[in-house]
Amino acid sequence: MLLQVENLEVKYGNIQALHGISFHVNEGEIVTLIGANGAGKTTCMHTIPRLPPPEAPRVIAGDIKFKGESILETKPSDVVKQLHLALSPEGRRIFGNLTVMENLKLATYARAKDADLNAEYERIFELFPRLKERRKQRSESLSGGEQQMLAVGRALMTGCKILLLDEPSMGLAPVLKYELFRKLKQLNEEGMTILLVEQNANLALHLAHRGYVLDTGNIVAEGTSEELLGNPDVKKAYLGG
Amino acid sequence: MLESIIQNIINALQWGSFYALIALGYTLVYGVLTLINFAHGDVFMVGAYIAFFVSTFFLSALALPGWVALALCIPLTMILTAMVGVTLERIAYRPLRKKGAHRLYVVITALMCGLILEHANLAILGASRKAFPPLIEVHVYNIGGVTFTNLKVAVIITAILVFLFLHWVVTKTRVGMAMRAISYDKFAVPLMGIPLDQIIVVTFVLGSGFAGLAGLLFAMSYPVLDPYMGALIGWKAFIAAVVGGIGDIRGAFLGGFLLGAVEIMVVAFFPSTFRDLIAFSVLLMILTWKPTGLFGIAKTTKI
Repeated sequence: MLLQVENLEVKYGNIQALHGISFHVNEGEIVTLIGANGAGKTTCMHTIPRLPPPEAPRVIAGDIKFKGESILETKPSDVVKQLHLALSPEGRRIFGNLTVMENLKLATYARAKDADLNAEYERIFELFPRLKERRKQRSESLSGGEQQMLAVGRALMTGCKILLLDEPSMGLAPVLKYELFRKLKQLNEEGMTILLVEQNANLALHLAHRGYVLDTGNIVAEGTSEELLGNPDVKKAYLGG
Repeated sequence: MLESIIQNIINALQWGSFYALIALGYTLVYGVLTLINFAHGDVFMVGAYIAFFVSTFFLSALALPGWVALALCIPLTMILTAMVGVTLERIAYRPLRKKGAHRLYVVITALMCGLILEHANLAILGASRKAFPPLIEVHVYNIGGVTFTNLKVAVIITAILVFLFLHWVVTKTRVGMAMRAISYDKFAVPLMGIPLDQIIVVTFVLGSGFAGLAGLLFAMSYPVLDPYMGALIGWKAFIAAVVGGIGDIRGAFLGGFLLGAVEIMVVAFFPSTFRDLIAFSVLLMILTWKPTGLFGIAKTTKI
């Protein structure tokens, strides 16, 4: 198991957001967390990379393990640098005052000096050709879809081996949504482990190998994507009947 | 007439250089932390005192020639003053940041830190003023009725070089990119593998280091030091940074020179007691006209 969350309980101030959830991600998998608004998906995604308060909640019980070792005490910058885990956060959070290229460059901050970055920039541009056209533009001038691609590209440029994606399809036109998901599939086939949080459960389960259903801070269902797609409760609550 | 205009321009540039050098430190820290570091003027004062002790040591204890003492004094003053700035960050601002304290409390802490620096100086060194030893021989040049000294020219050139250097750091280096990124969205910065604290320390090193350099140059130009010397000049530099558009280093630089120019021009035409009154009134008018400052854009890019 690459990433393992065990009985995780977290609090924002006095409000408990996760009530002891457990899930895991194996190497090479796409795993998805689905659930309604406020189910705790984003909380979970902010907790794993150990973001500092006030963005991330306090862990009050349970553990997050990477290759079997607890990372609760790991600094967020080391999560990226040493564990090669990257998060593309909800709402994209790109640096709008920097150009597209600067956003990508900044993501290589912690990389080894001898890494062949040019080849990687090329790979990002191959994956998302729009970014290449716009690489000298201030990124806040990009469209929503382009910003999302930049957010994913930026996460990839950290040199990650496990990619956490929080609502990557939010605000995207359907065409772009499918395009992005095809790219994610391609990335996974090239070896990237992906943990995906999505409100669009149907889309997510068609991409992922396995999934977990979160509801008000608890995991209420889990299984392979086929199992979840066939589960009548999940169908009713999350797949529109 | 022409001579007196050129003369005033040179004076304004030299006087503005000090404001610019200090304003750059305000603006860097504000850009990264949205903190108005009110202790910054006193860090400048500490820089001047550090320069005093370092140069006195080199001149009297080691009997070095003045230019050697100066050459050693510049880096040493900058390093030691940078350490003072980083120490303030470490013991005063960082703990508050880690606790997620509201910005207001951090600003008040900064004000207190400034007062502590002033009064610690007063308590340790006493109220008597210190005379800064001459490090280089000041030559007075007179070209067509315009007089200037080698020191004045050096001050102006230094301010310009510091600005160019910082502009390069902020626009071209990865640390500078990280500083700009923090000013835009602190949240996503650690996700890039960038240790926030490290960038903040670099910011304080740059700001305080150049405040130290300003302290040294100021002490060489006006060789009388007292514990409160940083207070008024610090306030004025802060105002210069705001007028320029706080958070933008071009703004700090321009604001510094603008304030210098306004002050010198007022003195050229009015009694010198009118200086601060008229200068601040002019700045007030600029801010009324453009509240975000000359380079300020309402909350987008800073630094």
